[in-house]
Amino acid sequence: MTDTASNGAIVKHDRHEDLPPPKSEVGIYGWIYHNLLYPWYNAVLTLIGSAIAIWAISGVVDYIFIGSIWVGDGPEACTAQDGSVIHACWVFIDARFHQFIYGPFYPEAFRWRINYSFLLLALVATPLFLNPEWIRRGIGLAVAGVATIFSLVAYGAGPAAVIAFMMFAPYGLSYIRLGTILPHSDQNAVIGFGVRLAVIVAAGVAGYFLGGAILGDNEAIASGWILAFLTFGLVTLNKASVKSWIAFLLIFIYPFIAFFLWVGDGFGLDYIETPKWGGLFLTLVVAGTGIAASLPVGILFALGRRSEMPAVRAVSIGFIELWRGVPLITVLFMSSVMLPLFLPEGVNFDKLLRALIGVALFSSAYMAEVVRGGLQAIPKGQYEAAASMGLGYWQMMRLIILPQALKLVIPGIVNTFIGLFKDTTLVLIIGLFDLLGSVQAATTDPKWVAMFVEGYIFTAFVFWIFCFGMSRYSMHIERKLHTGHKRR
Amino acid sequence: MSAQGETPSRGGTAFWNDPKFRSIFFQLLVVAAVAAFGWYLFRNTSANLERQGIASGFDFWNSTAGFGIIDSWIEYSEESTYGRVFWVGLLNTLTVSILGIILATIVGFTIGVARLSPNWLISRMATVYIETLRNIPLLLQIFFWYGLILKGFPQIRNSYDIFGTIFLNNRGLYTPKPIFEPGTWMMFMGFGLAIAGIIWLSTWSHRRQQRTGEQFPVFLTSLGMFIGIPALGLLIASLVYGGVPISFDYPSLQGFNFKGGSELIPELVALLLALSAYTAAFIAEIVRAGILAVSHGQTEAAHSLGLRNGPTLRLVVIPQALRVIIPPLTSQYLNLTKNSSLAAAIAYPELVSVFAGTVLNQTGQAVEVIGITMALYLGLSLLISFFMNWYNKKMALVER
Repeated sequence: MTDTASNGAIVKHDRHEDLPPPKSEVGIYGWIYHNLLYPWYNAVLTLIGSAIAIWAISGVVDYIFIGSIWVGDGPEACTAQDGSVIHACWVFIDARFHQFIYGPFYPEAFRWRINYSFLLLALVATPLFLNPEWIRRGIGLAVAGVATIFSLVAYGAGPAAVIAFMMFAPYGLSYIRLGTILPHSDQNAVIGFGVRLAVIVAAGVAGYFLGGAILGDNEAIASGWILAFLTFGLVTLNKASVKSWIAFLLIFIYPFIAFFLWVGDGFGLDYIETPKWGGLFLTLVVAGTGIAASLPVGILFALGRRSEMPAVRAVSIGFIELWRGVPLITVLFMSSVMLPLFLPEGVNFDKLLRALIGVALFSSAYMAEVVRGGLQAIPKGQYEAAASMGLGYWQMMRLIILPQALKLVIPGIVNTFIGLFKDTTLVLIIGLFDLLGSVQAATTDPKWVAMFVEGYIFTAFVFWIFCFGMSRYSMHIERKLHTGHKRR
Repeated sequence: MSAQGETPSRGGTAFWNDPKFRSIFFQLLVVAAVAAFGWYLFRNTSANLERQGIASGFDFWNSTAGFGIIDSWIEYSEESTYGRVFWVGLLNTLTVSILGIILATIVGFTIGVARLSPNWLISRMATVYIETLRNIPLLLQIFFWYGLILKGFPQIRNSYDIFGTIFLNNRGLYTPKPIFEPGTWMMFMGFGLAIAGIIWLSTWSHRRQQRTGEQFPVFLTSLGMFIGIPALGLLIASLVYGGVPISFDYPSLQGFNFKGGSELIPELVALLLALSAYTAAFIAEIVRAGILAVSHGQTEAAHSLGLRNGPTLRLVVIPQALRVIIPPLTSQYLNLTKNSSLAAAIAYPELVSVFAGTVLNQTGQAVEVIGITMALYLGLSLLISFFMNWYNKKMALVER
């Protein structure tokens, strides 16, 4: 509405409609303008960057997908008419796949044992990732039933029984409360502790003799330990949830099952020497042992380094700095040539065990430093509050300090795991055939000698999946455990 | 867990519940256990050595090695001693480490800044670089580059060449080698003078700015001095000796190989490429975290004081970011130095490869050889971390 005022000026009374934002600020064009073209040097960078990106992507896509050969029977499938080799030749990976996974020397008839051990691990651990409790129980029990039937068909009665026990037991065990029958340790520590120890030892001895009588000498020790550990769980985990029981079985019982599946020589399984181990399987064994050993040992040394006792502190600092200051490869050399000298005559560790000891020592030192960082970040008030509640040193650490400290350093812990996982490739230098070692060995085969790039790309892809997966999972855990107030 | 049964009414605590007694008792226990373990290892080791007839001691240091080494900075032949082998290996380790640290720092800082770029494409490309390289084992990357250079790069006759001076082929990288003739000392003296002058100039201008507030273009003047004074020395030298005293020896193809110039063997090229590319990915993340740690308020405050973009970055943002960057950067440098030992896998003659590998195999003196190697790396690590701690302390925030 415009009026003409008395002096002839045009006066506007109502508000003009909002103008649309400038085209350079919104929409796809605005995004492109601000993220790729403004100011002028960004436009230049975009130009150079897209040239590089197009060159790289087209090169990779052409190598991996377009110009490559996926199916065939042997090296002939990748040979062109003029005799030259066509890349990428994925036939190579296909032909050697089993060697890369199980190692070049692993007997084909026993591969099921490795598959079964990892299947068991995955199945038992599944309910840990199901939330909330009723879903865990429902789906967990359903999976347990299906897995038992499946393994009965696929592997036979014995393996099926093991799967059934490992998967159903947590639900039943969480109802047994042996600890409430025994004398309470809060009233009299000596009697409470003594009775529990006696029960555990008795179970272990009984297991030893029963196992020896029924199964044989090789199984006696194992069954003794298994029974002792189960009893240990029964007397210490009283009101434990299904989740704690699953974790308990994974930590204390699964290693025995895995040991007999991998090494054999007991429970009717043939013996497989460790020099025959290899491939991704060996990589996972080395990394898994390193990870499993490094966390508890690392925590102990981190506590030692923060201790008020000078002797304990000095020993911890010495241990940590010694292993952190030298490269892993010298540690592996040391454990492979010096460890035999350290042991008394007649005692002999095999090559894999020596490598495992080296890796475990090395990663523990790194883990100790990560955990120490977390311990240092806990304010003094937490220690004082715990002490004023009457908690002793170990109670204070177990219940108050470590849960907070470890939560703080999850990224650091996972980074150490990732580093350790990548470092397992070094065992090939002392003559073990891990994934990279198996690929190396395969590329020296004259038939496939030109295929090393394909082999390395495959290996890199496998490692990348594991490491990237671990880092993403740690981010997820970090978000889940974040109980404080979030900024933003 | 620990005994909680005692009540104060019983009067005094039992001595085994006294923290002081416990502390001394545990420490004695730890010391005794460590000593016993050490004694056990020592006795086993000496018994084993005696039984296997392995000599001990450092006599091997002066005996003849009898094997060749493909790349050495110092005079070395098959008649040289094991001690000489150690020094050759050490120098090669240092070469790889220093070159690797320089390259990784340059690449890492570039990628780290690129990741923060407002340009979407550039930051995405930096992310892809980082996430790819740091999730692939270093040893695999070393093998990859080594294999690529040996099998993927052209034969010597079809080398990649850059202006006919630098050649790259499957035998390595050939670059021109400067030859210093008499009179070069004037140029080097010029460098010395220039550095002394720059130090003096910067202290003087700093003092003057503190006193009067006047600024002096230190950087440009220093650059001028650094180029000008040695050039002047060179000019005088060429006038005195009649001709420029530096010449370059260019590599040239003669027969089946390149003659002249300096050569980087393929092992070294592969190792450097892999080490610096891998470590750069970690350095890039450190740089990114460091820059992000300086809050935007600092930049705004600097701008509101009238500083332009350049001085803001140089005087406000970078000094604060460096404080965050330096400690993790140190550990990356340490990692790179320790990772250089992976050269053993492709037989580049550095310390672990020739000393802990070949010498150990020939002499069988595992304890001495591994001991020396580990002590050396430990020393190197402690040296770098002492230096970086000193620098860190210098850069640290001065608090009340």
